[in-house]
Formats: sequence, C-alpha cells, structure tokens
Amino acid sequence: MSTHAIEAVGLVKRYGEKAALDGVSFEVPRGTVCGLLGPNGAGKTTAVRILTTLAKADEGTATVAGLDVAANAREVRARIGLAAQDATVDQLLTGRENLIMIGELHHLGRAIATARADELLEQFSLTDAGGRLAKTYSGGMRRRLDLAATLVARPEVLFLDEPTTGLDPRARNELWDVLDTLVGEGTTILLTTQYLEEADRLADDIVVVDHGRVIARGDARALKQQVGGAQLFATPSNAADLERVAGMVGTITGCEPGIDAASRLVHASTDGGPHVVARLADALADARIAVDDIGLRQPTLDDVFLTLTGAPVADDESVEVAR
Amino acid sequence: MSVQVPPADARRGSLFGDTWVVAKRGLQHIRRQPEALSDVTLQPIMFVLLFAYVFGGAIDVQGGSYREFLMGGIFAQTIVFGAFGVAISLAYDRSNGAIDRFRSLPLARGSVLAGHAVASLLRALLPIILMSLCGLVVGWRINTGLADAVAAYALMIGFSFAIIWVGVLMGSLLPSPEAVQGVAFTAIFPITFIASTFVPVETLPGVLRTFAEWNPVTTLFGNPSAIQGPDAPWSIQHPVIYSLIWMVGIIGVCAPLAVRAYNRTIAD
Repeated sequence: MSTHAIEAVGLVKRYGEKAALDGVSFEVPRGTVCGLLGPNGAGKTTAVRILTTLAKADEGTATVAGLDVAANAREVRARIGLAAQDATVDQLLTGRENLIMIGELHHLGRAIATARADELLEQFSLTDAGGRLAKTYSGGMRRRLDLAATLVARPEVLFLDEPTTGLDPRARNELWDVLDTLVGEGTTILLTTQYLEEADRLADDIVVVDHGRVIARGDARALKQQVGGAQLFATPSNAADLERVAGMVGTITGCEPGIDAASRLVHASTDGGPHVVARLADALADARIAVDDIGLRQPTLDDVFLTLTGAPVADDESVEVAR
Repeated sequence: MSVQVPPADARRGSLFGDTWVVAKRGLQHIRRQPEALSDVTLQPIMFVLLFAYVFGGAIDVQGGSYREFLMGGIFAQTIVFGAFGVAISLAYDRSNGAIDRFRSLPLARGSVLAGHAVASLLRALLPIILMSLCGLVVGWRINTGLADAVAAYALMIGFSFAIIWVGVLMGSLLPSPEAVQGVAFTAIFPITFIASTFVPVETLPGVLRTFAEWNPVTTLFGNPSAIQGPDAPWSIQHPVIYSLIWMVGIIGVCAPLAVRAYNRTIAD
C-alpha cells in the first residue's frame, strides 16, 4: 500500500478554453494535513472535485487511499469525507436525521448509523439541537453539522473546501479546535483556504496554487522565509516624520524599508522576533516621534503571492466555474 | 466508548436499500412542507368541483353524465401535473448542493433518481385517494366489478410511475427549477387535453383526433366504450395492452437516459 493518502500527478482540467488546472502534482503522506492555498479561481475547488470523484480530470491521474479516483470511484467514496464550500446539510431534516441518513448511505446499518450520529452530535456540541430542523441552525452550527456528516463513516481521508469561509471568528476558532482533534486521531486532511494564517495554523505542509499551477510548497515557516519573514511596521502620526521613521526601520531590520505615503505606513522585512518592535519603540521615544501604530505583522497570502509571482493576488473569479 | 464502524471493505449496499434511504428523505421533505402539496390536494378537488358544478350542467355527453366523463380527465391531469414535481425537486437538489453530497457517497448507481421517483409515487397516491372520495361525493360511481376497479387503479398508478420518470429525466437534463417549470407546462398541456378525457374525440378535427386516439391518456383515462367500434384504431380496441406498452416504453427509455444524464451533467 502506498504511503501517501493522496497522490495527484499532472492533473489538467479545462472548462472551454480556460485551464482550471494546468498540470497539478502533489502528494499528501498518511496522517498529515495538507493546505491547498490560493486565491479565488486558482483551481483549488477543481482539484478537490477531481480527488473526490465529483469531476473527471482531462489529463493526469490521482489516487486517494491508494485507489484510482477515476477507475474506483465508489471504493474511493466509501473512504473519504467531503465538506464542500457551502454547507450542504439537508435543511428539511433534523441534525440527527442528516447524520443517520449519511451513515445509512455509507451502509453502516441503521443501528450503527444511529449510534454514530448521537456520538457525533455530542462531539460537535449539537446534542441539544439534534432534534431540530437544520434550517433553524446558525451558520456555525450548520458548518459543524456538515463537518460531522463527513466523519460519520470514519473516513481515511477528509477533504475540506474552505471550511471557515463565512464563519465569524469565534465559530472559526471552534472549528479549528475540532480539526485539531481529528488530526490527533490520525485522519489525513486536505483543506483549501485563502488564508495563510489558517494554513499555517492547521497544515503540516502547504501547497500554493495559482492559475491552475503549483507555484510553491513547503511548511509555513519555509514559505514565510521565502517571503522574507515578518514585517516590522510603524505609522507616524505626522506625515512629515515618514522619512525619519523609515531610516530607523531600515537600521533596525537591515532591510530596505517600503513607504506607503497614502496610509503613512513604513514597513520592512525582518527575521528578528518581537524585540525589533521594542527597539523601534525606544528609538521613536528617544526622537520624540509620535506614532499611531507600531508592530510586527505576519506575512499574508498577498505577500506570498507578491514574492512568488511578482504580482498581487489576482481575483480571477471567472476561472472557478467548477460549481 | 466510541462507536466502531465496519471497515470500508466490509460494507455492503444495494440499489434497493439506497433507493429507500433517498425515498425516506423525500417523504420527510413532503411531510415538512405540507403547503407544497396543494397541487395534489386542493387543486384536484377544486377541479372536480369546477367541472361538476360549473361546466357539468352545460355539457351533454352521449350515454352518461359529464360528471362521470370528466373524472378520468381530472385523474389524468393531476397525475401528469403532479409527476413533474419530481423534476422540480431534483433541479432544486442540484442547485443547493445536495446532489454533490450524494455523489460523494458510495451509493448504488441510479439510486438517487430512483429514490426521488419512489417518493414521488407515494406522493401521487394522495391525490388519487382524495379525488376518488371527492368524485364519489359529486356522483361519480365505479360501474364495473371489483377486479376491474383494482386493475384500473393499478394501471393508473403504473402510469403515474412512468410519467414520474419523464419528470426525472427532465430534472436531470434541465439546469434550474425555473427551466423545469417552463418546459413541463409546454409538454403537459397537449398530452392531457388532446385526449378523450375532457371531450369526446369525435368532436376533434382530423390530426388532433388521430393524436387523441393514440394518446395513452385516452386509452387509460378516457371513456373507450363511447368511441369503440369496428373501425376504431388498434389503440382504442386494446386499451390495456396499449397503455402497458406505453408505461414499459416510457420507463425503459427515460430511466437509463436519466441515469446517464445525471452522471454526465453533474460530473463537471
């Protein structure tokens, strides 16, 4: 048996003239979490749809749980869970009925499906809501139910397409905690996200995609180092001080600072820790320069893209026609 | 103690089992949206009353009352209209992602569509019962023996299931609930009205008369005795066999096409 839970080789998918995927290859070792990171239209959803047998690749091959997704679609489906971008729980069924139905369709048998449903409701803090129709649930509850539904048959590989999109910060943190537990149990997870922070928080390995191609991969630290680490920034209260603040930032970081006059922002890459902020604060106090804001900012997806492609994130919605 | 699930290799599903799970879901949907049942409850009752009391007095039919004559027509209309509800619920499932969820599960091929069809058939029993009761109230009577009556109801239910598969095919081909509605009504009207169900076929001009004589709605729901004669077409002389051929034909053509369309249109 292959040591990889997911193996994609040269996947190509075209919609008309446009290639949503243009030769994507990556693999995910068993028991690890892989983050597929990219902007809207990068091809993330298309990749997930091919790996979960919902779409067929025009070229290339893929195996999931050691099985070819094109040739053994049903066997693959028995071993995976998929949480699509919009929670697809059945609004006219109760939470409990939703989970039992999924269990029955996984052929677990009514008794096991019911026991498993109750167990999952408890695990996702939905026991009290289990008897209510899903249409009465809040967005966060619906997401949790959706995720619970993907876990009914204890899948070997879990696919989560932008699991936290549309969630408020509290619901997002709850979901992250649940995913932590799953990872602890050894489930292999492929998740897509637009946020480096999320990939950083959850994934062992990050695959960055753009315009249907893999443009970088590695763990979060490696990617950030490619970007040049964190950014030290300061916003002087008075625009007249911009040049002097830029001088200080440059001295402290040893990097050429960038100046954004419109937002009075001075910033520069640094691989130093929080102490660079303290040094800048001291220097500013000595020079009696007032600032509105000062701090250390982790690189964002924008920074990664700027570095890797030389262009900011292109919000190319038109390519993502997969849904 | 956590619940153990059998390993993937040890699970066994079947077309019937999966179909029934999907059908149960469909029945829950019906139970929880009783307002969506008006097309198979209130409407047929209103039609019975409308034809019986509004048109009934004005229209004369040879050898019987128009009230008796029209029952078949209203049965036909309700069954054909109602059957297209399945197309709308399928299109709706597709637009809200439910179909994607089903497709990511290891269901037997065809079971999602078959489940919709079975739920739809059970839904179709409701108006058949309601209209029979309503018809009895306004003076419609079953004039034949019990065996014939049972056979007639069996044919009606069979026809309902066949038309449901036309609806399933439509729901698999058309992109949205709105599109289904548009196409369905264009298809339904000639089938239900150009038949011997609301009017005697002798009153129809040439081409329409031929259409009506060979329309399975005529042979199923019409009043064949009224038009039967030595020169009547084969369809009228052998209404039961002719109707059965249609049912088998419709299901035999529509079901495989629907499964293919379902697998293809959604595979992208």
